[in-house]
Amino acid sequence: MGNASTEDLIYQDSARGVYRKLVIHDNRIKGAVMYGDTLDSNWYFDLMRDNTDITDMRERILFGQAHLGDSGHGKENRVVAMPDTAEICGCNGVRKGTIVKAIVEKKLFTLDDVRAHTKASSSCGSCTGLVESLLASTLGGNYSLAPHAKPVCACTDRSHDDVRKAIKSFDLKTISATMGFLEWKTPNGCNKCRPALNYYLLCAWPGEYKDDNQSRFINERAHANIQKDGTYSVVPRIWGGETTPGELRALAEIAEKYQVPTVHITGGQRIDFLGIKKETLPKMWGDLSKAGFVSGHAYGKAVRTVKTCVGQTWCRFGTQDSTSMGIQMEKLTWGSWMPHKFKMAVSGCPRNCAEATIKDLGVVCVDSGYELHVGGNGGIKVRVTDFLCSVKTPEEVLEYTAAFSQLYREEAQYLERTAPWIERVGLSYVSKRIVDDEEGRKELAARFHYSQKTAQSDPWAERAAGTDAHEFQPLKVVG
Amino acid sequence: MQAAAKNTLKWTEVGTINDIPQLGSRIVCTDEGNIAIFRTADDEIFALRDQCPHKGGPLSQGIVHGKRVACPLHDWKIHLDTGIAVAPDEGCAATYPIKIEAGKIFLSLIANTGCPKQ
Repeated sequence: MGNASTEDLIYQDSARGVYRKLVIHDNRIKGAVMYGDTLDSNWYFDLMRDNTDITDMRERILFGQAHLGDSGHGKENRVVAMPDTAEICGCNGVRKGTIVKAIVEKKLFTLDDVRAHTKASSSCGSCTGLVESLLASTLGGNYSLAPHAKPVCACTDRSHDDVRKAIKSFDLKTISATMGFLEWKTPNGCNKCRPALNYYLLCAWPGEYKDDNQSRFINERAHANIQKDGTYSVVPRIWGGETTPGELRALAEIAEKYQVPTVHITGGQRIDFLGIKKETLPKMWGDLSKAGFVSGHAYGKAVRTVKTCVGQTWCRFGTQDSTSMGIQMEKLTWGSWMPHKFKMAVSGCPRNCAEATIKDLGVVCVDSGYELHVGGNGGIKVRVTDFLCSVKTPEEVLEYTAAFSQLYREEAQYLERTAPWIERVGLSYVSKRIVDDEEGRKELAARFHYSQKTAQSDPWAERAAGTDAHEFQPLKVVG
Repeated sequence: MQAAAKNTLKWTEVGTINDIPQLGSRIVCTDEGNIAIFRTADDEIFALRDQCPHKGGPLSQGIVHGKRVACPLHDWKIHLDTGIAVAPDEGCAATYPIKIEAGKIFLSLIANTGCPKQ
């Protein structure tokens, strides 16, 4: 395997009976040989199929994808050795034996088959690696996929990147034009591809594309989070997580006026009203608007929160004004639709009380300025950020924030968080675009600012004033 | 059987086709719970009990595509014409008789009994 132009990476542990060899060309995986523990074969396969540049993970790639287990699976991550009663999917309570039985009896060959028949891996997705391993170990050599880019969904053979390129290259300006041009197999797509196309179009044609409500998931269509009983939650924006007695009083009065059943403090330093009936939303938003609040976008694939600590104003360790920095970042970015949710934080010193190093973009203040960290995640797959660069002034922080946001908006796949995006394209690539290429960075930032001109319009105030009234009112009440 | 029964049904006018967005849904609130009225891209109108057979999610809030709706809670797909869950999921949401006259939607508030055979 391999030739004069390829390089080998080899891991060998004879005592444990483990051997791994990766054949590399131009920092891309071209082949793999595994003996013994083959758990990571799916990961290597994905990297090979996606043609991922492995430069940034080269020194640890042989040790495998450390976070296959992820939250909800305890320390279990060696699927073959698990008993049949082991719970694989924590969300839907699916055991190993159930999955193996379904694979054998129903002749399942793909991850989507297993999802459809057992529900395993169909909710949060954190057990996907385990399910793929079960497919591989149950089917043996029968489990394989031709190496090609993943299609957006079953409605098309095109990949996310194909779609984005076509939209720009061929001036496609509506969902139906895009589906027509790319020969979609279904008349009006599905609930997977339509939201993706809607996002790609509004990102490509800011201010010009007319958002398609019916292609938005309910939370983004109703600008609130649907709950299990069909009620909604409302999270007003509290800039940088800093509030005042006046604001709190206004929120308390609104909560009492609408008899909000539960008031909860969120992880992003916001206040969450739960249990709101849909038809009540516009009225409540009207009151929130009057009190000076705008939508917190806690329901969207959008800029969520900027979490901050109190910084040098109060803290004896604070090195910069982290609160003001965070507020400025939130005022800059709020309202922006993203490929997935996007969270930020600013910590006033390396003690990092705002947990900036598990955010999509985290700022850690130091005496000499600001460290910028990217690609963190505190959810299913905990991932610590990568250090991008240090800058000296708040103005630079804002420029890099705009540029990084726009690069992610323009190039990540829909529903791909910054963490997997950066693992796919490589930190070096992001660094080249944002840090090394000053002109490119300024252009990215300019495109972000342009897009924000039309994006920063409060959807709650609009709906309180009557926009999309049909969305919130019953067609008819009888009886 | 149903065609014959239709003549004897009690119809309630609930609105016009244009009150519902294409690929969208609105609800009719009744004492026995909500009924979701769907409109497809081809202006076909369907009525289902607004409860997913899985965990009762409000189907009216889902994304409509083709003649299906995706439940917003756990992404079950339901056939709008029969109320049956798309395989391999099993279950069905009750359907309601509906008729359109001059763009007006008339609904029978009594659900069709049982779920049709698949």
